Amino acid sequence: MSEHEHMDAAPHESEDHGSGGMVFLFFLIGLAASLIVGWVIFPKLLYSQKNQPIDFNHVLHNGLVSDGCASCHFFREDGTFSGSPTLAQCIDCHSDVQGESEEEKRFVEEYVKKGIEVPWLIYARQPNCVFFSHAAHVKIAKMECVTCHGEMGETEHLRPYEYNRITGYSRDIWGHNIAGIKHHTWDRMKMDDCSECHQQKKDMLGSVQTQKEGCFVCHK
Amino acid sequence: MKIDRRCFLSLAVGAGAGIALSPLPWKLTDDVSIWSQNWPWTPVPKRGEAKTVHSICTLCPGGCGISVRKIDDRAVKIEGMKTHPVNQGGICALGLSGLQLLYGPTRVKGPLKRVGDRGKGQWMPISWDQAIREVTEKLAAIRKAGRPQSVAWISGASSNTLNLLLDRFSQAYGTPNGMRLPTLEDAYALTVSLMNGGKARIGFDFEHAGYVLSLGAGLLDGWGSPVRMFKANAHWKAAGVKLVQVEPRLSRTAAKADTWISVNPGTEAALALGMAHVILTESLYKADFVDSYTEGLMEGFRNIVLADFSPEAVAKVTGVDAATITMLAREFAKAKRPIAVCGRGQGTLPGSLDLFIATHALNALVGNLNQPGGVWMVREEIPSWPDVQPDSVAKAGLGYPRLDGGRTPAGISLPNRFIQAVASGKDYPVEALLVVESNPLYTLNDTALVRQAFSKIPFIVSFSSFMDDTAAWSDLILPNPIYLERADDVVGVSGYPYPTIALSQPVVKPQCNTRPVGDVLLQIGKGLGDSVATALAWKDFNACLESSLGERFKSLKKAVVWVDKGYQPAAWDEVFATERFSFIPKGIAADAVLKPVGVPGDAGSFPLTLMAYDTMRLSNGYIGNPPFLTKILEDTVLKQTDGLVEINPKTAKSLGFDEGDRAQIETPKGKALVKVHLDDGIMPGVVAMPRGLGHEAYDAYLAGKGINVNNLIASVNDPVSGFEAAWGIRAKLSKA
Repeated sequence: MSEHEHMDAAPHESEDHGSGGMVFLFFLIGLAASLIVGWVIFPKLLYSQKNQPIDFNHVLHNGLVSDGCASCHFFREDGTFSGSPTLAQCIDCHSDVQGESEEEKRFVEEYVKKGIEVPWLIYARQPNCVFFSHAAHVKIAKMECVTCHGEMGETEHLRPYEYNRITGYSRDIWGHNIAGIKHHTWDRMKMDDCSECHQQKKDMLGSVQTQKEGCFVCHK
Repeated sequence: MKIDRRCFLSLAVGAGAGIALSPLPWKLTDDVSIWSQNWPWTPVPKRGEAKTVHSICTLCPGGCGISVRKIDDRAVKIEGMKTHPVNQGGICALGLSGLQLLYGPTRVKGPLKRVGDRGKGQWMPISWDQAIREVTEKLAAIRKAGRPQSVAWISGASSNTLNLLLDRFSQAYGTPNGMRLPTLEDAYALTVSLMNGGKARIGFDFEHAGYVLSLGAGLLDGWGSPVRMFKANAHWKAAGVKLVQVEPRLSRTAAKADTWISVNPGTEAALALGMAHVILTESLYKADFVDSYTEGLMEGFRNIVLADFSPEAVAKVTGVDAATITMLAREFAKAKRPIAVCGRGQGTLPGSLDLFIATHALNALVGNLNQPGGVWMVREEIPSWPDVQPDSVAKAGLGYPRLDGGRTPAGISLPNRFIQAVASGKDYPVEALLVVESNPLYTLNDTALVRQAFSKIPFIVSFSSFMDDTAAWSDLILPNPIYLERADDVVGVSGYPYPTIALSQPVVKPQCNTRPVGDVLLQIGKGLGDSVATALAWKDFNACLESSLGERFKSLKKAVVWVDKGYQPAAWDEVFATERFSFIPKGIAADAVLKPVGVPGDAGSFPLTLMAYDTMRLSNGYIGNPPFLTKILEDTVLKQTDGLVEINPKTAKSLGFDEGDRAQIETPKGKALVKVHLDDGIMPGVVAMPRGLGHEAYDAYLAGKGINVNNLIASVNDPVSGFEAAWGIRAKLSKA
């Protein structure tokens, strides 16, 4: 029976011409909805955010120190990079409350007095499988901090730390533009961004990363 | 206009196109790939500042220097200290695994008090104040009752100052029963005092020796200072120095030796005396030394050797043919700078005196004492503290004989005899026992007897850092920080010919709520008052260290070790002029001192002989085997939880066993279920099991794996020295 009906249906097809518009409309609805999902809802779902434990004012501190970024984000004697400062450095000035700021007061009471390290959330932290040497880039290639980290030193407040719910890593690695479009060198920090610079300068740098056996220089 | 199936298909197509035109699939692919390369459970090293702290490893008497790499406050790697004269950058597998002891789950986290029956594992955490108060009150009550002699301690501590402090505590409190667990070093020290006269540590100038004869010493199985011995062996191989290993089993040392002489178990001393026979009859001995600086050769030693130890007679006893014995003797006597050395396996138990006397006599015959490339008497600066002024209670207590039958003040301890005395209950009882850096319920032979003795002691305090077999059987645990968290001094390195003083120092902050035994002892002393408080008046253990190391304390904090590389042992004229070297110890009958120690058990019902052996891959003392070491154990030693017993294929065949068969091994002391491993490297009629397995306490990584061979071996007292002298026991294997 059903086979018959099916066969019978074919000659009637011409009568359904009018539904072509409907089909197109549905196509558009599907297209539009998924574009909205993909471009708008998905990024919102993919990322979550946390506030930094203390709101730090880079501008204020930059004005007080003599050596710019390196005053707190320094290279250790053995050449390794210290990253974000530990309590040991903060205590040099903040063994007691210095100014009027509520945040500083909270910092001194909750961390300095109790001897607890501040669990800073690192915007620029690469996944653990990535090897990166600050010394090679800053000391040897003389790159500026701003090239990769942006105008961090000119922020008065720390923006919320956004992180990927799947990987757990900072949004800054992929960049804030979900399409991966960037306007500045510091907008994203994926492998393509590393290789862009390494490709450009490979002759100058003798960069091993761009050679055939270069994978394991960075991928550990 | 009708909504039909095509509309929905179209919707799906549109959605698909939209998704493809959005970043969603590409971003998700990227994220999933990152996620899958960084599993959250994969351990990732912490970031932080890298530092290196130098210290001394005290896990064995090897005295190696270690360089511990730290990231911030966490120790992440232990390496050998490059500038340390003993290990020169090398490190053994146990030393490497030290971090598993530091961060492992077996640590006792804080003071514990037993609440259930002994050994049931029911504990209540208590405060340090309460812990110290309970011990102090107990000791004060015993002392007040006039029975200070009934308090005893057992210490396996490597810290010189801690042992001095324990001795001092005994003197002031009034007990003669302080037991330091003796090792081959004590057996050698006794041999030196009996034959050379005077008090000295023995050192072997292996690096300059021309020939090495090892009578059962596991030179490459953890004897003396293991890393130093590995380096010495590398040097022997490069320089063509011959190493002869005499032992019934193909140990690692035997396998790496130039010649392996497989003797019947327990007959190494006979072989040495057979060699002495050849050396004497063929006049191969060094006449200028023997004639002018020794005595007793012609009177006693020679007569016995000539009468009872002809190569033919020795061949019958040892199973080594007479020609080989003669050849060995000639080779040894004619070699440049030959050294004979003994101390079975790692020498963690002292062993029978006859072997030490026979071995040392060989060195004297060839005149290689206090010579370059020879056997040295190393006299060390041992710090001395002002004498203790015991009060009347202490004097009365000290007037009692030691339970181990040894002489006071303690030169030598005989824990084997102490245990026998306590178990039999014949003398006076022990009312309290303090256990320091040792695990006697596991490491002493005949553990059932040790348990029986312990069950008669109403109050046992363990200072162990780990929940080891003895700690699990105690009443109170006052955990000591482990070697990476505390300061200790180590005087001398086992077998090393130069005087050394080293400072083991904290590498990291204590990880648990622990206090150093020294500090606790001082606090108990204060609490006890009287002459104890006066004798133990230091502020803390660091002050003790400072008072025994003096000026050196500060410099050692930086340098870690002081070594007198220019040390020269005293010349013959100096040392043997007034008191000659004595082939037969004075006051002891020559035939008694050279009489071999027999093997317990009846050969009729127990046709085999069981020997315990030592390996670098098993820590067999106070320190339990860390997981890294257990992981590198061969599956012919431990298979899952089954311990294997080594047996010659011929013996196995005659008993009907095949590789891997289950068996029951039985000795007069007990029985255990094992598996059988066939090995041509062990002589027929002998079976062997390693020391270091079969713990009942500790954690899942160690407990219940294999068999503790000490459960099966009887304790045998040396008839002259009283030292633990068992080298094996009769056994039988049956199908299980």
